[in-house]
Amino acid sequence: MAKARGAVVVENEVCKGCNLCVVACPQDVLSLHKEVNSKGYHYSHMSNPEACTGCTNCAAVCPDSCITVYRLKSTVVA
Amino acid sequence: MTAIRVEDIIKPENLVYKKSSVLTDVPMHYCYGCSHGVVHKIIAEVIEEMGIQGEVVGIAPVGCSVMAYYYLDIDWMQAAHGRAPAVATGYKRVNPKKYVFAYQGDGDLAAIGTAETMHAVNRGENIVMIFINNAIYGMTGGQMAPTTMVGQVTSTSPYGRDIDLNGYPLKITELIAQLPGAAYVTRQSVHTPGNVRKTKKAIRKAFENSAKNIGTSFIEVVSTCNSGWKIDPVASNKWMEENMFPFYPLGDLKDSTRDDANTYMVQKLKK
Repeated sequence: MAKARGAVVVENEVCKGCNLCVVACPQDVLSLHKEVNSKGYHYSHMSNPEACTGCTNCAAVCPDSCITVYRLKSTVVA
Repeated sequence: MTAIRVEDIIKPENLVYKKSSVLTDVPMHYCYGCSHGVVHKIIAEVIEEMGIQGEVVGIAPVGCSVMAYYYLDIDWMQAAHGRAPAVATGYKRVNPKKYVFAYQGDGDLAAIGTAETMHAVNRGENIVMIFINNAIYGMTGGQMAPTTMVGQVTSTSPYGRDIDLNGYPLKITELIAQLPGAAYVTRQSVHTPGNVRKTKKAIRKAFENSAKNIGTSFIEVVSTCNSGWKIDPVASNKWMEENMFPFYPLGDLKDSTRDDANTYMVQKLKK
């Protein structure tokens, strides 16, 4: 079965840890990190990177525009 | 099967989404999870996609979004409280080729600025009005606004909004939809990815209407104010869905041109 593979990059210092991307992710890729950034927010990160499909839902709902999304052009046969 | 490492995916040729170039690198002062950030982002994306960064002028309101001029790299003017549609009217009339949009909250547009809002739309000014309705005065500490829901607890209605004392919530978008000058009136939301994309389409359509000279485009975005409501962002979205959407239903209220309006709204004088 072909499955798209993607990855997201969160700007840790801009993220305010609002959790909206975590809820918006259909694949449960993201979660809030147990560590905090310099402002004291638990920033979002990929805790389950294998599941990411690069659907950009997390980036769409991010109020601080701190998410960049990448997706492999060719699909992977798994 | 060989495992694909995350580092192999994060390459420029695989990029599918990045922050719009119209947004500046200044970190937003908004509270975590604030809808303002999402709306700023989609306005920036629409401006970038339409390639009108040099021709668009925003009118910033009084309220949390008063500092919108730090975040979008376009021309801005800042209006007195509630007067953004009046300032937008002036700007549009002296610069008819510019795309002018007024960005206002509910305390600004639906309370102190009701007169300016109504008359700007009634004149059919070719501007875009973006209305962020979060049912509260967010900047000043969560006081009751005209759009506050019945029974909603705010810092000035600690026992909930009482109809006998405070009257009913104001559906200003429905009022505006009846005015002949309004070309496009819609109510959207930005709490899910799907709704964000719909709102983006609505904003793009509004900017395109502005160039077609067919009247005012008015977009209400039902939003959250988690600091004012004193609940976290995810719970705010749920609260909004459960309590605000039944009263403020999403969807287009009007989509027409001024000619349409003239045929059925304006009586012709008898000769």
